[in-house]
Amino acid sequence: MNLDPVLIVNACVSGLLLGSFYAMAAAGLAVSFGLLDIVNIAHPALMVAAAFVVSALVGATALDPLVACLIVSPFFALFGAGLYRLYHFFFERRGDESIRGLAFFFGLMFLIEVSLLLLWGADQQWVSARYSSGVVSVGRVDFPLRMLVPALCAFGALAILFAFLKLTFVGRAIAAVAQDREALRLMGIDPVRIKTIGFALSIGLAALAGGALIVIQPVDSSSGQIFVGRLFAIVIMGGFGSLPGTVIAGLLFGVIEDLTATLIGPSWSPAVAFGLLLGFLAFRPRGLFGAAT
Amino acid sequence: MTGAADFAFWRNGLALALACLIATAAALRAVHNDYAFFVGYIVFQYGALAIAWNILGGYAGFVNFGAGAFFAAGAYATVALNKALALPLPACVLAGACVGAALGLVMGSLTLRLRGVYFAISTLSLSVVLQTLVVNWSYVGGSSGAYLVRPKAIPPFASYTEFLCLLMFAIAATAALIAAAIERSSIGFGLAAIRDDETAAAALGVPTMRLKLLAATISGAIMGMAGAPLPFYNSYLNPDSAFAVGYTVNAMAMPLVGGTQSWLGPVLGALLLGSIQQLAVAFVSSSASLVLIGLVFMGFVALAPRGLLGLFRPRRAEGTGR
Repeated sequence: MNLDPVLIVNACVSGLLLGSFYAMAAAGLAVSFGLLDIVNIAHPALMVAAAFVVSALVGATALDPLVACLIVSPFFALFGAGLYRLYHFFFERRGDESIRGLAFFFGLMFLIEVSLLLLWGADQQWVSARYSSGVVSVGRVDFPLRMLVPALCAFGALAILFAFLKLTFVGRAIAAVAQDREALRLMGIDPVRIKTIGFALSIGLAALAGGALIVIQPVDSSSGQIFVGRLFAIVIMGGFGSLPGTVIAGLLFGVIEDLTATLIGPSWSPAVAFGLLLGFLAFRPRGLFGAAT
Repeated sequence: MTGAADFAFWRNGLALALACLIATAAALRAVHNDYAFFVGYIVFQYGALAIAWNILGGYAGFVNFGAGAFFAAGAYATVALNKALALPLPACVLAGACVGAALGLVMGSLTLRLRGVYFAISTLSLSVVLQTLVVNWSYVGGSSGAYLVRPKAIPPFASYTEFLCLLMFAIAATAALIAAAIERSSIGFGLAAIRDDETAAAALGVPTMRLKLLAATISGAIMGMAGAPLPFYNSYLNPDSAFAVGYTVNAMAMPLVGGTQSWLGPVLGALLLGSIQQLAVAFVSSSASLVLIGLVFMGFVALAPRGLLGLFRPRRAEGTGR
């Protein structure tokens, strides 16, 4: 164990930067899993697929990866809309979400992983942006730009998402649809249409997160697996679909993970996600801010 | 079920399993090729995994995404015990069962009180964590893996592969017997009631939590058993091969393709998907076979929700969900 205070402050700072990214990646899942009650376990796999597409686009056009993901995102959102319609047609409509719906998304996750492997091979993909190797230092605390730039963009995206969900009619309908479909229908809104928009939004966010991911670290076809535990743990800690809760949980999660990596060893940090996930499910299933059961 | 019917069930079941074992052994001997035993081992292994998955997933309706993790836990139990005590394989199989059962019980008691989704999500990250533990555990070889010395052939068997293949058949047959016994007992009816409507079942006095835990434990034990011979089969085990996602996908795909209401479903699914995969690996490529399995799996889940058995059997009075 190394308890050098500078090291710990640095770990906390890089944990907060990483946590901002986690918050954005989990926000998309908070919309689908938390608000729409669609357990999309393929969300992290879609994020990794977007990271692959962004890296290909950057390789072809020399765009900045964070600009490239803005171009990729609408296509993923369209795909998400189609995906939700399929899911609705085959599973939700029949009230068959629990086993077969889960199996559907698991199959999708597996297919995405295998297809990435077939198309790009087993090599890691990465991009180099202009700021990739830059560092801003405040005293002895380092802010690597490779983390800082995606973190700032993540907060921008989260602010826009928050405003959309709170201020627009469609946004508020998305928050309401899983709670009371009938009430929505009585107001003359089609719940399926609202859920389609919500799910498209969620997958679009996964694509944005993919752009941030590939700036932060190289990815390979199976990178999504570890994010399943991470993102679901964050959404559950954040209390399902509460955006501020998800952001706080994401930041906390990043710090805990980085402290574990610094103090115990980087190879142990994957266990953090699972430990927190199990702990929360067993003792506080309603999240950090929910009432204890 | 009366005592006499109970006895008849076990007698007939055991006799059938034994007859199948002898027939399988004779048939594979007749092929006179070690490759037949290699392929047979894989198909039986998937059969055991699929039947085990179905006990919790099909009968009770709780999806376990961690079949690969339970399987790998059994395999690593063998590696550890073989290194520490040089235990023979049958003892390792029992140890694998204990490890798998403990894992199922712990996971279940932490998450089965909640909606099934949470059990599913936590099993999904179980394999990441177990893999982290194994990678950091240098005693069993860490990330570089462990080699095992394969024993020489044991007398009645022509080769050690033949022994492994028939051992795996025995494990799969045990799994099928246990599953069939559960289906016929009050446990099976209780699990079916949980699957159809858990709240109603609890209200009618079904001990839901106890039954779910029992199913998770039994299912985990069989998966651990199925994993235990793997290190001897490959004579080498590393985390990447033990925790391959393919095991989890197959364990789920086979029951869902075959049909989840009876033990026959996973067996049908294992025979069908197992042989398709072996053919695809032999004639196309192993990654193409994975894509194929993924597509067949999703196709069945969407279009034939009751699996192959459901296509042939009249629709049984089944809970309508809501």
